[in-house]
Amino acid sequence: MIEQKLNKKQSNSDNTASYAEGVLKEHYLTDKERTAIDHEIAMVPHKSAAVIEALKIVQNNRRWISDESVNAIAAYLQMSPAEVDSVATFYNLIFRKPVGRHVILLCDSISCYVMKYGDIYTALQEKLRIRFGETTGDDCFTLLPNACLGCCDHAPALMIDNDLYKDVTVTCLDRILKKYT
Amino acid sequence: MEHPLTQYIHPGCPAFDLHEYEMTGGYSALQKVLTSMSYQEVQKLVQDSGLKGRGGAGFNTGMKWSFVPMGNDAPHPKYLIANADEMEPGTFKDRMLLEGNPHQLIEGMILAAYAIQADISYIFLRWAYKKAAQLLRKSIHEAYAAGYLGKNIRGSGFSLEMHLHTGVGRYMCGEETALLNALEGKRATPRSKPPFPQISGLYGKPTIVNNVETLCNLPHIVNNGAEWFRGLGSGDDGGTKLYGVSGKVNNPGCWELPIGSVTVRELVEEYAGGMKNGYQLKGILPGGASTDFLTTEHLDVKMDFASVQAAGSRLGTGTMVVMDDATCPVGFVHNLQHFFAQESCGWCTPCREGLPWVEKMLLSLEHGTGTNEDMELLQMHTQWLGPGNTFCALAPGAMEPLQSALKYFREDFERHITMHKCPYD
Ligand SMILES: Cc1cc2nc3c(=O)[nH]c(=O)nc-3n(C[C@H](O)[C@H](O)[C@H](O)COP(=O)(O)O)c2cc1C
Ligand code: SF4
Ligand code: FES
Repeated sequence: MIEQKLNKKQSNSDNTASYAEGVLKEHYLTDKERTAIDHEIAMVPHKSAAVIEALKIVQNNRRWISDESVNAIAAYLQMSPAEVDSVATFYNLIFRKPVGRHVILLCDSISCYVMKYGDIYTALQEKLRIRFGETTGDDCFTLLPNACLGCCDHAPALMIDNDLYKDVTVTCLDRILKKYT
Repeated sequence: MEHPLTQYIHPGCPAFDLHEYEMTGGYSALQKVLTSMSYQEVQKLVQDSGLKGRGGAGFNTGMKWSFVPMGNDAPHPKYLIANADEMEPGTFKDRMLLEGNPHQLIEGMILAAYAIQADISYIFLRWAYKKAAQLLRKSIHEAYAAGYLGKNIRGSGFSLEMHLHTGVGRYMCGEETALLNALEGKRATPRSKPPFPQISGLYGKPTIVNNVETLCNLPHIVNNGAEWFRGLGSGDDGGTKLYGVSGKVNNPGCWELPIGSVTVRELVEEYAGGMKNGYQLKGILPGGASTDFLTTEHLDVKMDFASVQAAGSRLGTGTMVVMDDATCPVGFVHNLQHFFAQESCGWCTPCREGLPWVEKMLLSLEHGTGTNEDMELLQMHTQWLGPGNTFCALAPGAMEPLQSALKYFREDFERHITMHKCPYD
């Protein structure tokens, strides 16, 4: 089972060297993003404490966090890009590679293992022709494994974007997937 | 009232809004405390109740609070944090409380904050709980509007701010000192103790982190008293516990019961409706992924802290995972170790290096390429990664199901070696 993690950095470009560049690129954050980040900064004692919120805001807007986004956030919060990246790559749900319009998170933890999430995974691979860590050619879905979704009494479970699906069966997959375009 | 925490939670019914919560006695505990009790009295009440933390470790809640500096010289702001990061595989109890009755948690938090005279409170909610996030946001807003939160709450002179923080996914965010780092916008690695969070927590200020279920008990303890609470449980423990069962049972779910009032057998057979047709119970993890296996010989063990411990495991989160006889124990334990290896924060060497190795050995056993030497190495890892050798409890927790699987299901492991394949395939 190949499991690529999407929260690892994609390119090899040197983030630390581009700190100054990042300062120049501060304009890269949109006005809306800045306003939202400013709101978070106001809630914490120092700017860098808002970095996770800033990453969430930018990711919500752009689906994933590019090197440019890391630099822009770093400049805005007066942190080094390496510091921002160390946080960004730590958390499972901050994506450092592009993802599709919808992210499918299939629970691969213990209760779903017992209840055969593997069958769901096999069916998804057949239907979407992607494995964990991959995105469909039409950019519609990215498929990722995810730790326990906290509804083990309704295993197997998966989430697509903000929607939770419980007691998932292979036969209902088509109807679930159809809802997303 | 045998299930105070879930009495107003009905699957399928929407959660109470503020008005409905008030109509059923909600916020009366807060009124009582604000008008007639000192913070010392609240602390004493909770100590007397014997309430133990429901986050997994079972530490006495009143005792935990007693280390927070109090009085005029105490540093401010002080923080009270609800740990709603629930990510222990097999655990789904806090979700029920968060989605079922959010105001109960908010009231519990205000009471805890009053007891330690905190100024600011956070709910640290895992990202996956989208419905809970929406409900909590609305409920916090309602509580502010009604004057239960904010400055000078109901004219009492006590003030409290409350914020909802949603995480971005990492099991370690649930470890209380790593949670503090995550709240400060850092990587969720744990902090060295001492200093304990009670003295130096969030932003270096006195901080208490309590589990959601722990906090939800507080309104009921204040309303009904310590004696009532102690009388609910059996043995040493007071109150109720949310118990869960998942796996191949007929009726998986979560039930609130007086703590220690049920045995493993009763939970599986009566509440969870027994095993699904054609399956036998082979083992259980009584309290989530990081607890030792119990087996068929332990079915009459009572589900309280002391009894489960005496049987060689831990009550943990109280949500059990059932392993049936058609599920390979090696594959089962491999799944657990895969989770732990992936969620290791990488801060200390035994865990960072050891868990991936453990995972690999289990995988090769599962594929039929494992050796007797692997068995010895696995056994050694259970010590190397055990208590005292790592920075936090993640690695020792990971070793609990492994060491007990090696003990109870050794034959299954060995058959993988002699047959050169998984006998369950
Ligand atoms: C790796 C790890 C993950 C944890 N996750 C959680 C969690 O999700 N929720 C929780 O309440 N406690 C969790 N804990 C336990 C907390 O560190 C802490 O003991 C608990 O929140 C204290 O609350 P209590 O005293 O009310 O039980 C975790 C511990 C470890 C080591
Ligand atoms: S035991 Fe594991 S999770 Fe805990 S600090 Fe060490 S590396 Fe991190
Ligand atoms: S193990 Fe899949 S939801 Fe808990």
